[in-house]
Amino acid sequence: MMADPVTLALVALLLPAAAFLVIGVLPPLRRAGRIAAWFSIACMTGAFASALLTWRAFGAVGEPIHAAWSWLPSAAGPFATVGVLVDAQSTSMLLLVTLVALLVQIYSTCYLSDEPQPALGRYYALQSLFAFSMLGVVLAPNLLQLFMCWELVGVCSCLLVGFWYTKPAAARAALKAFWTTKAGDVGLLIGIVLLHGITGTFDLLQLRQMAESNQIVATGIPFGLSLITFCLYLGAAGKSAQFPLHVWLPDAMEGPTPVSALIHAATMVTAGVYLLTRTEWLFALTPDVLAIVAWNGALTALLAAVLACVQTDIKRVLAYSTVSQLGYMMAAIGAGFASAGFFHLLTHGIFKALLFLGAGAVIHAVGSNDVADMGRLARKMPQTAIVFLVGTLSLAGVPVFAGFVSKEEVLGAVLAGGFTGPFVMLLIGAFLTAFYMFRVVFLAFFGGRRLEVGGRRIPDPRSTALHPPSSVRGHDTAHHGHGVGGAEHAHDAPFLMTGPLWVLALIAMAIGIYFTLHVTHGEFESPIWLTPVAVVAALSGILLAWLTYERRIVSADALAALFGPIRRAAIAKFWLDDIYLGLYRHVLLTFSRAIGWIDRYLVDGVLNVISAWTLDGGDRLRRMQTGKVQDYVWAVGLGLLALMAWIGVSW
Amino acid sequence: MGLQAYLMLSAVVFCLGLFGTITRRNTVGILLGIELMLNAVNINLVAFSRFRGVDVGMVFTLFAICITVAEIALGLAIVILLFRTRRTATADHIDWLKG
Repeated sequence: MMADPVTLALVALLLPAAAFLVIGVLPPLRRAGRIAAWFSIACMTGAFASALLTWRAFGAVGEPIHAAWSWLPSAAGPFATVGVLVDAQSTSMLLLVTLVALLVQIYSTCYLSDEPQPALGRYYALQSLFAFSMLGVVLAPNLLQLFMCWELVGVCSCLLVGFWYTKPAAARAALKAFWTTKAGDVGLLIGIVLLHGITGTFDLLQLRQMAESNQIVATGIPFGLSLITFCLYLGAAGKSAQFPLHVWLPDAMEGPTPVSALIHAATMVTAGVYLLTRTEWLFALTPDVLAIVAWNGALTALLAAVLACVQTDIKRVLAYSTVSQLGYMMAAIGAGFASAGFFHLLTHGIFKALLFLGAGAVIHAVGSNDVADMGRLARKMPQTAIVFLVGTLSLAGVPVFAGFVSKEEVLGAVLAGGFTGPFVMLLIGAFLTAFYMFRVVFLAFFGGRRLEVGGRRIPDPRSTALHPPSSVRGHDTAHHGHGVGGAEHAHDAPFLMTGPLWVLALIAMAIGIYFTLHVTHGEFESPIWLTPVAVVAALSGILLAWLTYERRIVSADALAALFGPIRRAAIAKFWLDDIYLGLYRHVLLTFSRAIGWIDRYLVDGVLNVISAWTLDGGDRLRRMQTGKVQDYVWAVGLGLLALMAWIGVSW
Repeated sequence: MGLQAYLMLSAVVFCLGLFGTITRRNTVGILLGIELMLNAVNINLVAFSRFRGVDVGMVFTLFAICITVAEIALGLAIVILLFRTRRTATADHIDWLKG
């Protein structure tokens, strides 16, 4: 039996919403966190099943299916509609989102098992809401619905990053995430409104038809269509953590690790890339903005890769790596080949979720985020080590693994688009990616020659040399009863945590093997030397990490000295946070004070003076009222005289 | 004597009444002033009635005199009550109308 793809997509969309409502509305269920958790997981399983069916049903149809219902009526047809748009992109994303969300929810039951029950209920309500809003973004047939769900996703991200809201760092990070993405979202909204202004529709398919028949004419807008696409890109840059709006993503690691895996690796941060993929035909009309997208994407990829090299917090390394990989996707889209970026999005979603969940398992076992507290974990946590290695190899772009195929696509796309500069940057980024990921792997899982004296480990020279001053230690530990034993007593997590890891690892392997065997040559021709160069870049990064952190032939200190200024800049996060803080303190606060002064003393002052005058005048006029009848008679008499005089004059 | 003389008399009486009403300190005096003004009006009515030959004016005058009597009775009652409660009949001391 094959149901209608639209119905199936709606089921996938609405099941998490139902889970959220039920958990949210029924306080007893919410307080019984574990039951709420399994209820939410059951709904998510249903959503995943119907996503699978949607995918299959769509495969049978093969053409985009558009279903919309009138929402805001207006004289000339509905002003806004809600509905679903089932096409190749949305079905793939649907699968990715429901799969990762399901695995993360299962994983969380174990990861957050020490949380109080009401907190767990809140967590699962938010997880369900997040899944619903993300699926809303994915399936949105028009920009208005996309924007609403886009904002919902942002809210969920803020609430989940601030899940441990009693921790000041988490609360700050949640706000930072919210405001930074908000800055971009304002651009997105302006872009959508401007686009509606010149086309009169929010609908993606209609817009696409208009764009392809060159009917979109931007009159009366400075810079024309470029302004609109740039505004859309702003929104995407905020969500997808593009330079210089990427600062929120590393801080968002204050949230629970499964949240990082779902929201800040696999789904929400890719919403920006997805938006650009959805509107590539619009961006194709504005090559100048596309060039900005490509260059900024490559810049983001390179800078974030450099930043990742000096982090000692395992989650922060992964966060910067996510920023970097998002830069790759953006670069491919900027080069004009959105499909390559989208492909990288899908594979990255799988293996980055895998890496985050693996890191979560390590943090859970060790009780610290710092790689300096880990080491030789491969022997104690063999399963975690294997799946983490699969993820790392994927991310590094080693052949046969998932990331290899898609990263090469991205590199080929950027080259085919004629962007040599970004291509070189991305190639250096690929080398750095392999380096920093294997640095983590060797430090955390192997570290063969780590010296131990009297039970106390001598600190790793590299990690002390590169320890960023702001490193947050004991991240999740405050909330984890176990894991206090540190690396010595670490062990593999229970099946509820390793199960999702294995699923993701197998999918990452399967994708890699499938696409290595079935080489699909799409829209562009890559030069023959591309594959060897990319592989050499990845392998040399791995080799350098191996020599430095495993064999210790290359001195980490020497490396640090070699890249002194860059290293210092990277430890300072390129001073971006300082710049933002300075802007906030010196520019925004000064401006606010000036505005506050004007409000307090000019606006309020004028009003106060007027009211004082009124009071004073009233006070003076009041004296006229003596309360004595005779005075009033005087007034009446005088009034009579005046009236008579007036009548006499006007006669 | 013509109509003019009656009208002049009426105006003079009215002004006397108004002056008394405004200036007298005693509330009974004020009532007397009011009475004078009313009677000035009555003179007007009677004079016009007589010189124009319309008797309705006379009837109205009688009517007005009746009402005046009632009004004065009421006014005096108020004054007496005032005097009882406030121990004064001086207009300057009665200023409760003050806002």
